[in-house]
Amino acid sequence: MLIHPTLLVIDGAILIEKLVLIVAVVTGSLIVAMYSTYAERKVAAFMQDRIGPNRAGPFGILQPLADGLKLFFKEEIVPTFSSKFLFILGPCLAMLTAIMVGAVIPWGGTIHVFGRNVSLQIADINIGILYIFGVVSLGVYGIMIGGWASNNKFSLLGAMRAGSQIISYELAMGISIIALLMFTGTLSLNEMVDQQKDGWWNIFKQPLGFLIFLVCAFAETNRTPFDLPEAENELIGGYHSEYSSMKLGFYLFSEYINMFLSSAVMVTLFFGGYDIPFVNDFKLGQSIGLNWLALIQCSVLFVKICCFIFLFMWVRWTVPRFRYDQLMNLGWKILLPLSLLNMLVTGALILLKQNHWHF
Amino acid sequence: MEALTNRIEHVSRKPMSFWEKIYLPAVIKGMGITFRHMFKKVPTIRYPEQTRKFSPVFRGLQILNRDEEGRENCTACGLCAVACPAEAITMEAAERKVGEEHLYREEKYAAKYEINMLRCIFCGLCEEACPKDAVYLSETVPPADFARKGFIYGKKDLLIPHPIEDPEAFALAKGSRIKHPEGHGNEH
Repeated sequence: MLIHPTLLVIDGAILIEKLVLIVAVVTGSLIVAMYSTYAERKVAAFMQDRIGPNRAGPFGILQPLADGLKLFFKEEIVPTFSSKFLFILGPCLAMLTAIMVGAVIPWGGTIHVFGRNVSLQIADINIGILYIFGVVSLGVYGIMIGGWASNNKFSLLGAMRAGSQIISYELAMGISIIALLMFTGTLSLNEMVDQQKDGWWNIFKQPLGFLIFLVCAFAETNRTPFDLPEAENELIGGYHSEYSSMKLGFYLFSEYINMFLSSAVMVTLFFGGYDIPFVNDFKLGQSIGLNWLALIQCSVLFVKICCFIFLFMWVRWTVPRFRYDQLMNLGWKILLPLSLLNMLVTGALILLKQNHWHF
Repeated sequence: MEALTNRIEHVSRKPMSFWEKIYLPAVIKGMGITFRHMFKKVPTIRYPEQTRKFSPVFRGLQILNRDEEGRENCTACGLCAVACPAEAITMEAAERKVGEEHLYREEKYAAKYEINMLRCIFCGLCEEACPKDAVYLSETVPPADFARKGFIYGKKDLLIPHPIEDPEAFALAKGSRIKHPEGHGNEH
């Protein structure tokens, strides 16, 4: 039995490299989520002519730490008639699926360290966008399981709402992405970013698709105006009514991580990812070196994401919650036909272009 | 049905037009409003660091006055307790002994003088009733406390600092509003 010797060389360094990346991305998402809670309170305060948290540290910068500590020290209550295993599994699953999305997002170009070229993407799988859809739709299980295991009718109602809402909006979301995929011709997020590096971001080619995706992203992350699963004035706390302590913290946290990562996905798909606007990335990389370029790209991506997070908050503190029938009407009667139409028009245009039509 | 007032607002019950049905214009309009609010001046006063300026007639925590030599003005006549509509004031009188002339201005003084700040409504009637200018309402806000006991202010909480031994604290407690310098009541 002969095996080609190069196949046997297992690159041990790649494990370390990926491990470091994973740790960095997970910690990064957690920190961003932490400070999103702070930002949310501050943005809400500014929009309501208030000051917001300003007691813990200068400008209240330590507020998220204090909140986290508070959640850790709270009493952990598991309802007597709940199924304990599922009750604990719920928030774990919500948190896990929220964090997993970060694996396929390209956080920057390639850096050169210790004589190796390291891509700032944990896994450049060629079905990146499908992976994201798969993981995001798993996220609803965290909510469903938590809501069901609580043995509380309000929790169950919230969980049911979350389930039906996410299923309804995932359809429109998926179809709006299909239109995008038809002309990018790839499912890999890395390649999509590469295609957008000429400055023609996909938002200019797919404005309607982006709008549909954006609305669906609001619904998928359970943010206002689609926060019916945790509509506090109808359902107490929705699916997390029975939760306390850090288990509740996980649910709240996963919402913010979802927000961060769905912003990252939107930026990657429609706003050029880590592409630096108005600058030729390749030329810049030649003049300042790959590592500095990657740093700038990473910060640019971050700025773009922050803009989106701000948009999420801005909408939350502006728009009131939809009624349930309005939510379903919007999803099925408006967004789904619109995304189908978008797909049809895009497909027709691509066909015409392939047949050498000029427009 | 006839309206009771002319302030009735007539609401349109027409079904939404297409423009209204797509929600987005209204959403963007609303977002414009909230965005403008981000740059508005906030009316908040950051309390412990900043304090609001009190009006000249502000009535705060009571204080038991001393005269310029540092002797207590109060003679425990009880007029403040009688005047108090909330019955917050209690006192016990005592007779001045020989050798205590530097402590108490007159022959009788208050051995115990208590104001229950949970009952006090800061109306200022005690200040008006006092013939000796012994009690008046200062510019201090009564501080919060964890226990009810902490709200019963005794003589050591209420007495103004000694004007000769601690003139700075005395001036601070006395406040910027000038009271009658001599101990002769509030006659006008």
